[in-house]
Amino acid sequence: MMSRIIESASPRALALLAIVTAVLIAAPSFVNNYVLSVLIIVLYFAYVGQAWNLMLGFAGQLSLGHALFVSLGAYTSAALFIKFGVSPVVGVFAAIAVAVVAGCLIGYLGFRFSIRGVYFALLTIAFAEFTGIIVDHISWLGASSGLFLPVKNLQSNDIVNLRGSPTMFYYVILTLTGLALALCSWLLNSKLGLYWQAIREDQEAAEASGVPLFRYKMIAVAISSGLTGVGGVWYAFYYNNLFPETMFKTSQSVEIILGSVVGGVGSLFGPVLGAFVLTPLGEALTAATEGMHVDGVKSFFWGLCVAAIVLFRPQGLWPWLYDLLGLGPKREGKKP
Amino acid sequence: MSAPGQAGRAGSLIVRNISKRFGGLVAVSDVSFTVAAGEIHALIGPNGAGKTTTFNMIAGAQPPDTGDVQLDGVSLAGLRPDQICRAGVGRTFQIVRPFNELTLVENVAVGALAWTDDLAEARDHARGVLELLGLGDKKEARPSSITLPDRKCLEVARALATKPKLLLLDEVMAGLRPTETDRMVAIFKKLNADTGLTILLIEHVMRAVMALSDRVLVLNYGRLIADGKPEEVTRDPEVLACYLGAEAFD
Repeated sequence: MMSRIIESASPRALALLAIVTAVLIAAPSFVNNYVLSVLIIVLYFAYVGQAWNLMLGFAGQLSLGHALFVSLGAYTSAALFIKFGVSPVVGVFAAIAVAVVAGCLIGYLGFRFSIRGVYFALLTIAFAEFTGIIVDHISWLGASSGLFLPVKNLQSNDIVNLRGSPTMFYYVILTLTGLALALCSWLLNSKLGLYWQAIREDQEAAEASGVPLFRYKMIAVAISSGLTGVGGVWYAFYYNNLFPETMFKTSQSVEIILGSVVGGVGSLFGPVLGAFVLTPLGEALTAATEGMHVDGVKSFFWGLCVAAIVLFRPQGLWPWLYDLLGLGPKREGKKP
Repeated sequence: MSAPGQAGRAGSLIVRNISKRFGGLVAVSDVSFTVAAGEIHALIGPNGAGKTTTFNMIAGAQPPDTGDVQLDGVSLAGLRPDQICRAGVGRTFQIVRPFNELTLVENVAVGALAWTDDLAEARDHARGVLELLGLGDKKEARPSSITLPDRKCLEVARALATKPKLLLLDEVMAGLRPTETDRMVAIFKKLNADTGLTILLIEHVMRAVMALSDRVLVLNYGRLIADGKPEEVTRDPEVLACYLGAEAFD
């Protein structure tokens, strides 16, 4: 189930990866604006899903509060840009710092005091929710009426200030997703990755084998929250408006993780595949249910689809697709 | 492959007056013993006598309420299990605890990473240890697809890969057939002879205890009731009464 695709990459898998990459790079030149906007959302969820997956899928620590790190990254970079004219290229480092500090604080409390599993998840929810309430009362950050980035009609893309066309945002998030995948793949095939997986599989056995649990869990939460914070920077400059009552909510966190769950927790390409399935699914259902004029009918069918996937492919879609397409090397006992 | 145990005689264990209480139950009471470097000692006794708790206190999984544990004269008090592992104590778990989603090589490589940061080196070492324990042809398998005796071997391999000076074996022979037991005994004898690896084993299989041990320690109701040569201990009336009985000697 757990994918170590690079290590066991077959020619077929590499070819598929190359084709998908090429299509995604060329996409803006042949898709219309609507499809491009969907692809942008897909890649955003692929990116933050991957960042989240690093914590649960790799290191076994469940976070249901990743909206916090998106929001902190978004608010930090947006506030620096609006109030002080700081370019997001610089602001992203402040965003990472804030997200990592928050992640490490939650991690420290959870891991030092052995708050595990669902209790740790509750801790992450609590931090996200109460940070939202705090931001809701900070008028400097727009409080409940929201924080808005100035929108200008530019002739050309301003990459330094992340002001420009959807195509620019598309390439930025595509690059981020590619970099996150490369980073995760490298981490997974390092000492760090093996230690994380050992912790995920059996914490006591890992500790008895010389794995310093606290340190390696902290590294996982730090990298995951930092990556997610970068996603928040992109989010702020793409959407141009931030509201505490939506940004910090658990529903946001769940949206981040659903792609990974559907695609396959712990696998490298699961979060990407999940995003490519769920977002278009939502769009298709919106289109299909448009004429029905029944409140919630789209959400109903969407939920039904997600439940069906989770029920019939509990390991996620990626391991199934991996076998279906014969992407793995033919080795006995070696699952993707 | 390089030797799994560290060269030279090291790994002496001193256990001094350790006790462990769980609520009102005294699991281990004022137990003291020493294992000289390079020796093999067996820890035997009825179920619930406190053998695994004693192991947990040595390995740091359950810190002792009182007393002290020393490895080569250095106290292990206050150290975490991973630090004690790096200090030179390898352990196995009575109920096997493999990393199920990892291959056998990866399982064992986790142990080897205790002394190297190089994953390739850790994997190489892991392959060697797996060969040594007769799991060479199952290196890329996953723990769920191998037999229980093999998983017991895997448990030993992971502990050995950490290059311990002292190896704690918690009932690794249980459930093995006599031929498998003999093979395991031969492996430990060879490791002990070749590398001076000190071994403390909890074991119910008297065949293995008698074949391996320089000394036998007997726990009953959390107290150490005997500590001596195997042939002495097995004739001790108190030991016979509480644990062995005549039928233990086949």
